[in-house]
Amino acid sequence: MAGEKKAADKKAAEAKPAEKKGSQKKLREKARKPKKHHASRNPVLARGIGRYSRSAMYARKAMYKRKYTAPETKIEKKKKEKPPATITKPVGGDKNGGSRVVKVRKMPRYYPTEDVPRKLLSHGKKPFSQHKRKLRASITPGTVLILLTGRHRGKRVVFLKQLATGLLLVTGPLAINRVPLRRAHQKFVIATSTKVDINGVRIPKHLTDAYFKKKRLRKPKHQEGEIFDTEKEKYEITEQRKSDQKAVDTQILARIKKVPQLRGYLRSTFSLSNGVYPHKLVF
Amino acid sequence: QALVDGPCSGVRRQAMPFKCMQLTDFVLKFPHSARQKHVRVAWEKENINEKWAATRWAKKIEAREKKAKMTDFDRYKVMKAKKMRNRIIKHEMKKLLKQASKKGKKLQKAQK
Repeated sequence: MAGEKKAADKKAAEAKPAEKKGSQKKLREKARKPKKHHASRNPVLARGIGRYSRSAMYARKAMYKRKYTAPETKIEKKKKEKPPATITKPVGGDKNGGSRVVKVRKMPRYYPTEDVPRKLLSHGKKPFSQHKRKLRASITPGTVLILLTGRHRGKRVVFLKQLATGLLLVTGPLAINRVPLRRAHQKFVIATSTKVDINGVRIPKHLTDAYFKKKRLRKPKHQEGEIFDTEKEKYEITEQRKSDQKAVDTQILARIKKVPQLRGYLRSTFSLSNGVYPHKLVF
Repeated sequence: QALVDGPCSGVRRQAMPFKCMQLTDFVLKFPHSARQKHVRVAWEKENINEKWAATRWAKKIEAREKKAKMTDFDRYKVMKAKKMRNRIIKHEMKKLLKQASKKGKKLQKAQK
C-alpha cells in the first residue's frame, strides 16, 4: 500500500511541470491519501500465536511488492572511505629502517580456553551519563539557595541552572558574597522561596561540567623524585573564569539591585541559634 | 452542644460542643433557630467581619499567622528592622541619660 502511494507521489512529481495534468494527479493523490491502514492480516489464535507462518504472511502482506532500497549514492560514498587496515609508523634508532608497517586493528592477545557463556539480559542498567536527572520543584532558575556544605557553608547564593550531571550551577554573585560560579549538589542545599527574576539572563554555553571539573596532572614519564611538584598545588584562577564570572554577574547584579534589601540578604549567612528548629522554619 | 452557623465566615451550619468554642463580645439578635438567611442578614447589618478584624484578639491571631509564614528573607528583613529600631531607641535613651546626668551634676555643684 505504502509502495503504491510512493509510486503515486513519484508520478505526481514528474508530471508537475504540466499544470493541468499535475493538478489532476494531485487531486487523485489527495483522494488516495486518506487510505486507512489494513488491520492485522494475521488472526490471533492465542496470545502471541498467529494463524499464519512467516512465509505465509510474506505472501499475504505482498512484501514481494514492497522492497525498498535506500538511496545508494550516500552508501557508495561511505563504502569507498574504508579505513586503512595497516599504517606505517616511523621508528627511531639507527639501522632500524625508518618505519614499520603496523596493523590498525590487532588480533586479540588472549583467547579464553572455554567459551564465555552468554550473559543474561539485564534491563534498564544505564551508565551514569544516561541517568535521569531530577530537580526539586522548589528549585527554579533564580531561586536563592542556602549552601550547607563546603567552603561556602551558610552562604546564600543564586541558582542559575542544572548541569548535565545533575549538579546545580550557582553564583554568589562574587561581588556580594565571594562565591564564584560554582557547582553545588542538590541534596546539600536548602531552597528558599525567595526568587530573583532571571528571565533574560544569558548564561554562556561553555559552562559545562567539563569546565568545572577538577584538573589533575599525572604524567611523570620517568619517575622523578619530586612527583608532587608536577601536580597543581595551588589553584589559580584563570582569566577565562574571571571573564565568565563578570559576564554573568553583571546581568544578575542589575536584577538584584531592583529588589530592596536583597543584596544585604545575600551578603548575610544562615545560622541556627537557640530555639530555632529547621523543621519548623518556613524557608 | 450548640447550633452554630457562620455564613459570612465559611462555617457550615452544624452542631458543635461548647468546649470547642470561645465567646466573643459581639451579639446578634434574631430568634433562636432562625434560618441561615436571617443569620446572614443580621451579620451583615452589624458588620461583624469588620468589627472583628478591628479587635486586638483578631490582630494577635493575624500576627501569629504571619510569623509562622515568615520566609528566610522575611526573617532577615525583620532582623534589620528590629536592629534599626533598637538603635534609635538606644540613641534617644542615651541622650536622655546624658541630660539627666548633666542636671544631676549641676545640682550637686549648686548645693556645694
